[in-house]
Formats: sequence, structure tokens, C-alpha cells
Amino acid sequence: MSPLAAHSGVNGPALVVLIVLFALVAVAGFLATRFQAGGPLDNLDEWGLGGRRFGTWVTWFLLGGDLYTAYTFVAVPAAMFATGAVAGFFAVPYTIVLYPIIFVFMARMWSVSHRHGYVTTADFVRGRYDDRGLSLAVAVTGFVATMPYIALQLVGIQAVLEVAGVGSTANKFLNDIPLFVAFIILAAYTYTSGLRAPAVIAFVKDILIYLVVIVAIIYIPAHLGGWDGIFGAAKEKMAATNELTGKPNGAFVPGLGQSWAYATLGLGSAMALFMYPHSITASLSSGSRNTIRRNAAILPLYSFVLGLLALLGWVAIKAGTQPVGLNGKPNPQLVIPQLFEDMFPGWFAGVAFAAIAIGALVPAAIMSIAAANTFTRNIYKEWLKKDATPQQEAKVSKIMSLLVKAFALVFVLVLDRQNAINFQLLGGVWILQIFPTVVFSLYTRWFHKYALLAGWAVGMVYGTVAAYKVASPATKHFGGSLSAIPVIGDLGYIAMSAFVINVVVAVVLSAILHAVKVPNGADHTVPGDYYADTDDPRVAHDLMLEDPATKPTT
Amino acid sequence: MTAESRERVPEVPRTRRGPMVAAGILLLIPVVALVWVPSYNQETPKLWGFPFFFWYQFAWVFLCAAATWSAYRLTLAARRGTHR
Repeated sequence: MSPLAAHSGVNGPALVVLIVLFALVAVAGFLATRFQAGGPLDNLDEWGLGGRRFGTWVTWFLLGGDLYTAYTFVAVPAAMFATGAVAGFFAVPYTIVLYPIIFVFMARMWSVSHRHGYVTTADFVRGRYDDRGLSLAVAVTGFVATMPYIALQLVGIQAVLEVAGVGSTANKFLNDIPLFVAFIILAAYTYTSGLRAPAVIAFVKDILIYLVVIVAIIYIPAHLGGWDGIFGAAKEKMAATNELTGKPNGAFVPGLGQSWAYATLGLGSAMALFMYPHSITASLSSGSRNTIRRNAAILPLYSFVLGLLALLGWVAIKAGTQPVGLNGKPNPQLVIPQLFEDMFPGWFAGVAFAAIAIGALVPAAIMSIAAANTFTRNIYKEWLKKDATPQQEAKVSKIMSLLVKAFALVFVLVLDRQNAINFQLLGGVWILQIFPTVVFSLYTRWFHKYALLAGWAVGMVYGTVAAYKVASPATKHFGGSLSAIPVIGDLGYIAMSAFVINVVVAVVLSAILHAVKVPNGADHTVPGDYYADTDDPRVAHDLMLEDPATKPTT
Repeated sequence: MTAESRERVPEVPRTRRGPMVAAGILLLIPVVALVWVPSYNQETPKLWGFPFFFWYQFAWVFLCAAATWSAYRLTLAARRGTHR
């Protein structure tokens, strides 16, 4: 069978297995309302945070399912396959240094949110500075950065369907029906079950992913003659000259002048990840202050799997995988599904496709819930309807979660796929700009609220302009996440350069604003709030007296 | 709950400095090690066919997990008997 022949026609067994597993997961999603059920699902604590009492293992599966998305599983090996270690393997140091970083600040975030009933980071900023403007900036950044991320999850599902042979280029409408069905099911159970749906589905997703990756990493290299040959083939491809650019295809290991790129991509992405609303939502749904710290020690197991998956991109080089889309054009994003289809028997290829497709559902659900919570708490309640009851909040959030997903679907179906990738890249640059406001403020109120706002604005503008100027063979603008670091001159992650500029602006302006004694807003939190735990007597007191989803009570 | 319990609100728990500093250092080590790319961007020595660059970072997955877990135990020890 020639590599191209693999694209023609439907892979029957794979498709059957994929549909059966998908259906099972859909049923689980609807039944999830009963999972660790507490009160009625008519407020954000229950619908949007699963009752705030997930234990260590549920949180492990939920965060694992949330952070290691289908798109990651498709895009990281694709980057390895196309351009090598700098663009691809940085995902490994990224998801390692991530955990010491969240270990440090997430316990404080959990405690203060628990005591004040905060659902989003913008809630916290509102309480810390009593400033609607800064809170709005944080909320809008989170909301906007999340949208393309959801769209990319649908791109992940699309990649699988395309390789499985579903759809045709002849009829655009028929082509999109399977994605449409997947979307409707996802939207329906997220609406009814809230955060409990992805929590339950995450078990299935993670077990499938582990199974597929372990089988793939043992079975495929053994068929190709071992790792020596795989690394050899990758080294040869990366060193070869690219016809389009006249430069080498990519990096086998980061070479001279690429250390900054590799380091800033890893560190910057790690700092950015827990600024996304969906990471915060999954963290705040845990049942105690230390759940997230224990998880920081056991979540790296996923990073190990991600590293193996990254290397599958190079396994595909050795295997001679030809990722060609239904339209006949090469598309590196299809490399992992195509490798699975070429190497595995039909039914196991189906399991692998299901792992990726279901892997898209979990983060897409959590992201839409998190974006919806952000809208409800920090835009709807703050600006549109101040006296909204918890029931109205939950209702708005549920509807918003539908709208957010519908937008993502339209985004994927109408716009070019490249647009989703570009915006996701920009989203990463943007989301890191709220780091000073959110994380520094957990420790100190030395920073002035206007200085933080100014730093954020400067970082946003610098990052957007720098990203706009990056060209690649595929696209004229937003062609990548690297550009020359000011002062240093080597290539580095744009988000990190913008972040440093952001911090410098915030520090200088804070000093000036304090010197001329501009008031810095009222602080609704007290130092003890940052250490509160599950059985904190005041939380119990507040929960009994009033609804937790109401305003800060100090 | 009574007003009495509201007064028992734990404020900032007393924390022993030593273990917290040790935990901080343990958390810093993996970050420094992985951000310092020139210390590991080489191909040799190989291990089971894997160039150094790759197996070294895989090793840090486990080293970092161990460091984070130790840091967790240390933060518990630092506040033992003082918080609740």
C-alpha cells in the first residue's frame, strides 16, 4: 500500500471503534451530574466548580485532561516532525518547570478564593484592589485568549476525522457534519452536568491516552529497527536544506543561538498556563489547599507521556509517514493520526483516534465553562446586572458556555485553520501579561493598580506587534512565537519579552504613583485569607450564613 | 456556627523559616537546571540510543517530581503544630 493510498476511503474498523467509544463517553458525560453530587446545580460553585471538593486523584485526572489537550497531542509531534526540537520538545521542560511554579502560588490562590468565594482570577483582582478596570482587563484577556484554544480542540477532532477518512472535499457541508455532531453532544452534556462532565470523561481520556502512547512507543520503534535509526533519520531530515527558506529544516538539538529560544519558550509557557481560566477553574475545584500541591508532584507523569508523544513525531520521519490532507496538500498536523493509521491494525487505530478525539472534549468543556464563568462574574455581574442572584449567574454561565463553543465551531468551519493557530499563539502572548497582576498581587500590594494596568497594556501591545511581524512560509504575519529579544538580540519567546517589559513598566510606575501618593484602592482580603484551608471555621461560617457565590465578605 | 468560631479564625500561621527556605531551594533547582539550556544541549553520552539532550530532560521529569514532593513535605513540617 503506498502512503497516499492510505488516505483514500474510510477506515471501517477504526471508525466503528471511534464511534462506539465516543458514544460511551457521551453517556458518561450526561450521567456525570450524579458524580460526587452535592446541592442542586443552580449556582456557579456547583455547576462551574463541581462543588469545590474534588480530591487528589479526581483533580489529577481533571488537570491532566485539562492541560494536556488534544491539540497538544497533535501539534507537539507535528512540530517535531516539521521543524524539530526547539519548536517541539520545549513542551517537556515547559511541563516540568510548570509544577514548581504553581506549587508556589496556587495554594495562596486557592485559599483566598475559597474564603471569598472567588471563581476567577479577575474576582481576586477585584477583591484585592477594589478596581473594576483592572479586573475587567484580566477578565477580557482570559476570555479572549481562551476562545481560539477551544477552536484548536475542534481542529484536533478534525485531524482525526480527516485521517479516518470521514468527509470529502466535494461537499463542504457533508464534510463538517461529524464535527457538528461531536460539538452538539459536547455542548449538551456540559450544559447539563457542568464541570462534573469533564471530570468523569477525563478518567476515560487519560487512560486511553496512556494506553495508546505506551503501546505506540513500544510497538512502533520495534517495527522500525529501534531508536538509533529513528534519531538518525530525524537528524538527517533536520540538517537537510528546506527548499522554501534555504535554511536547514530544523533543529535536532537546540544549537548555538537557540538556547534563549528553547529556555524562554519553556519558562514563558509554564508561567502562562495557569493564567488561563480553564487551569484556574480546575485548580479551584479541588477540595483543599494542599490538593494542588500534592498534584504538583504527581502531574509530571503526564509530561513524561507528552515527551514520548513528541518523539513519535520523529518516529514518523523514520516510518516515512506522509501527512496529506483530503485536499491533497501536505499538513504536518495530521502526522500522528496518520502514523497510527499506517502502523496499527484498524481497531487499535480507532482506539488511538478516540483517545485524541475524547482528549479534545475534556479541555473544550472546561475551557468553555471557565470562559463562561469569567463572563458571568466579571462582565455580566460586574457591569450589566449587579444584583444577579447565584441562580441567574449559573443560568448566564450555562448559556454563555454554549455561545463560546458555537463561536469556536464557527471559527473552525468558516475561517482558515491557520487563523485558529495564529490566534492561539497570540492568546499565549496575551495571557502571560496578566501574570504580574494576578501572581504578584497574591504576595504584595506594593504594585500600584494603575501601574499594573499600564504594564499589562504595554505588554499586550508589544506582544501583538512583535507577533504580527513574524513571517513564515505558511503565513505572512503571526508566523511563529519567536522574535529577537530586545537588548540580547537572540531569538526568544515573544510572550517572555513582553512580560519583562510589562514588569519594568509596572515597577517604575508603581514607584512613581506611590511617591505622589495616588490611592491604591481598598483591599478586601486580610493576610490570614491566604492560608485558609478546607475546615477553615470562617469559610464554614460564611457558607452556612450566605451563598458562597456572593460578594467578598470581609 | 457561633460568633465565637469567627474569632478563632486562624490568621497567618506561624512558620519555621528553615524548612521553607529548603523547600524554596528544592523548587528552584529544576527550574534553573532546565532553563540553563547550554548545560545540556549536546548529543552525547547516549543512553539506549537516546541522545543526551532527550534522556536528560526525561530524567528531570522524575527529579522534579521528587523535589516537588519533598518541598511539599517540608512545607507541612514547617507549619506542623502551629496551624490548626
